[in-house]
Amino acid sequence: MSAVVRTLVGLRDWIDARFPLMEQWNAHLAKYYAPKNFNFWYFFGSLALFVFVLQIVTGIWLTMNYKPSADLAFASVEYIMRDVEWGWWIRYLHSTGSSAFFIVVYLHMYRALLYGSYKRPRELLWIIGMLIYLTLMGEAFFGYLLPWGQMSYWGAQVIISLFGALPIIGDPLALWIRGDFVVSDVTLNRFFAFHVVAFPLVLCGLVVAHLLALHEVGSNNPDGVEIKEVKGVDGIPLDGIPFHPYYTVKDIVGVVVFLIFFCAVVFFTPEMGGYFLEHANFVPADPLKTPEHIAPVWYFTPFYAILRAIPSQLGGVLAMGAAVTLFFFLPWLDRSPVKSVRYRGWRYKTALGIVTVSFLVLGYLGVQPPTPTFSWMSRFFTIMYFFFFLFLPAQTSVDEHGFAKLYRQAIRLLLWVLIAAFDISFLGEFRGDKPIAERMSELAPFAIFAVALTAFGTFVEFTRYYRRDQDKPVPQRVTWP
Amino acid sequence: MNQDGIDKSRRRFLTTAATVVGGIGAVATAVPFISTMMPSARARASGAPVEVDIGDLKPGELRVVKWQGKPVWFLRRAEDEVAALPELDAELRDPASEEPQQPAYAVNEHRSVKPELLIVVGLCTHLGCSPTHVRVGDAQSHGLPTDWKGGFFCPCHGSRFDLAGRVFKDVPAPRNLLVPPHQYLSETRILIGNDPGVTS
Amino acid sequence: MAVKRLGAFLFACVLAAPAFAKGGTAMHFEPDLSNRQSLLRGARTFVNYCLSCHSAAFMRYNRLGLDLDIPGEVLKANLMFGTDKPGETMTVAMNPSDAERWFGVAPPDLSVTARARGADWLYTYFMTFYRDPARPTGVNNLAFNDVAMPHVLWELQGWQRPVYREEGGGAQAVRVIDHLELESPGLLNEEQYEATVRDLVNFLVYLGEPIKLKRYTIGVWVILYLLILLGIVYLLKREYWSDVH
Repeated sequence: MSAVVRTLVGLRDWIDARFPLMEQWNAHLAKYYAPKNFNFWYFFGSLALFVFVLQIVTGIWLTMNYKPSADLAFASVEYIMRDVEWGWWIRYLHSTGSSAFFIVVYLHMYRALLYGSYKRPRELLWIIGMLIYLTLMGEAFFGYLLPWGQMSYWGAQVIISLFGALPIIGDPLALWIRGDFVVSDVTLNRFFAFHVVAFPLVLCGLVVAHLLALHEVGSNNPDGVEIKEVKGVDGIPLDGIPFHPYYTVKDIVGVVVFLIFFCAVVFFTPEMGGYFLEHANFVPADPLKTPEHIAPVWYFTPFYAILRAIPSQLGGVLAMGAAVTLFFFLPWLDRSPVKSVRYRGWRYKTALGIVTVSFLVLGYLGVQPPTPTFSWMSRFFTIMYFFFFLFLPAQTSVDEHGFAKLYRQAIRLLLWVLIAAFDISFLGEFRGDKPIAERMSELAPFAIFAVALTAFGTFVEFTRYYRRDQDKPVPQRVTWP
Repeated sequence: MNQDGIDKSRRRFLTTAATVVGGIGAVATAVPFISTMMPSARARASGAPVEVDIGDLKPGELRVVKWQGKPVWFLRRAEDEVAALPELDAELRDPASEEPQQPAYAVNEHRSVKPELLIVVGLCTHLGCSPTHVRVGDAQSHGLPTDWKGGFFCPCHGSRFDLAGRVFKDVPAPRNLLVPPHQYLSETRILIGNDPGVTS
Repeated sequence: MAVKRLGAFLFACVLAAPAFAKGGTAMHFEPDLSNRQSLLRGARTFVNYCLSCHSAAFMRYNRLGLDLDIPGEVLKANLMFGTDKPGETMTVAMNPSDAERWFGVAPPDLSVTARARGADWLYTYFMTFYRDPARPTGVNNLAFNDVAMPHVLWELQGWQRPVYREEGGGAQAVRVIDHLELESPGLLNEEQYEATVRDLVNFLVYLGEPIKLKRYTIGVWVILYLLILLGIVYLLKREYWSDVH
């Protein structure tokens, strides 16, 4: 036994003399000190890495049998599902993995929102993370075309057309992305190249950058305390513990729990009721016939709902783009010195609650058909969503004068202009002799919308929601256990 | 952190248990990934037995048929060629077909069910090139000895086989050519890939 | 004036609040793949009635034999009419362009239809063909309005005719189909036909995803293994974390 150990130690030393093995090991695992008070929300970073590896591996195996051609793609997927030994399993791992990736990444991002992980000194870490998220959206979009079913085809058609809405460059841009006048074999072939080679490479690089940036600044924690500021005599943060073994063993538990849920989906309900694998995608792509009801995969639906909420093509596209890109500016929109939601005032908590509900409801609305009720709901929650970002600087700026004051009044004014515009347009519906009885299904949701929006305005005025939030004192050390 | 009072043996036991059980899971996960790369149902369907009619095969003629994507040779040998086979025994590596390179019914001097009809997979046992059928008269052009009695010559690395697909001693190929499982459905119809001892 | 109308609107809101929920005509059907006999009967119906026009080009005959425990000779004698090679897929002899001329559309491949349409829809579809003289085929369908396919199972089910009811009042009244009733019976009585449809839909669900027969079982073992692993890694985590105070 000891001979084996001695050989292994010898090998390690041999490598170490030629490669910074132990140095890297210590820097990123054994002597990387992480706060000891990580909670449930801190599993999702390592889980995201795990799912990333899973997607890469299953993706490589799928590529062995998949054929990126309009004539063969659909059949090759069914070939994988039936003729290839265990092909069905690898395909379900990959298709479920894509949804799992977004679940994990959304929860990981939400953690950052809860505990202010995007704030100084982690702004760049946050921005790299956002870039990962954007790249992931592209990766998912390209991958979704590959099965070449009806949803793949028309989903790609719709999303590419979004670029077509941009002024002047729109049409040539959409044409350039497709490489053809409609989505075709050419498009499929290039999407395959992006999905399988280009974007995974970019993702790999960004993930490495994300980890390097994290290990430079150190992890945040649920108390938002900088553990590096309180060190012991040995120079080790008093609230820090080595990532390895403590967080490796903890994250393994997280991975196993994740795998239990994940495998339950893979083996028992891989379609997840049509949300992970959409029913219409089992019909081969037909460029002459759009499916009756087309919705993007669930992880895009909040943004899709925002797109549909705006009754203007360009406006919708811009709003959707803004809904994603606003997150990049979060470190600067949030002016509060306090990181964790635990020590923040009621205004931020309320705002966070509102934006959370809005995002979830928008996600639900994105898969629903655009009935008047759902359209008005989408509009309301889109407004709520954007006002989270608009109110944030007002609620968190320490400054009470000058520009800050002006900004607060401007946001307030903007909200009331919006309310007035909608309320007047609603009342306008009752001018003249337009019959009311037949338009009930249209007017009732509008009425509820107008009332809800006015109520929000009243709430803002009544509680002075636009004023500076009162944060609580943050402790010196983390609160644990 | 407090390092006192650590139950080292419990810690080591749990680490070992987790490694072993996790390792089993990792191996079990690897199995599907490996078996995915085995021939699929489609490949196996196209590798199904092939029926061949050799009614019009003339003496001395070689016919190549594809089975499982591999060339299978049908060679009708002349009577004197079959009779001359034992003469080479001393120069061959495995003249009596002791290596399992053929079904039981082809373990004989001529390595076939019917003496005149040779059926072998036309791939060299060295590194898988397909040898050339070299008649007596063509020996010179392939650089073969003048006493060449007809047989097969592999252009890749110079392996030589006699008319029963038996390998010569001083060549790189280690074994005789493979006789595939087959059966006679009638006098002239042969099924390759399936014999009375094998079920599909 | 507008105020008065707004008042009327608010009043109407209170009255009309619970007016939602438009029910579909779909019948509910829960497929049961554990019943091999049903799958086998469904396979026979499929081969006899569907496979003459529709292919199942991703399904191999020998897979069918393996999954449903059908011996080779039985498979060849009862289910394989188009080919004698068990490794081949369930293709169809009909030329797609001929088919398009006859039916207006090429009959779609049925390999994954059950995954696209769902069992409920298929069940409703097979149950609700009815006579409609306005259609070139003489039949229509409640699940698939103006369907191009003739009622292939008519000799089994017989013919159904629609019974209408009036919806709405006065001038706006529309005639809608209330239910279907059997006009002339077929070879099977209603229960037998329903059973045939059940078997057929079960088979189509299996056809959509043959591995469905096995993946639940595999899944149970995987989850059991993961639970054991969870126990061990949890104890390991707790053991290490006893250091942290």
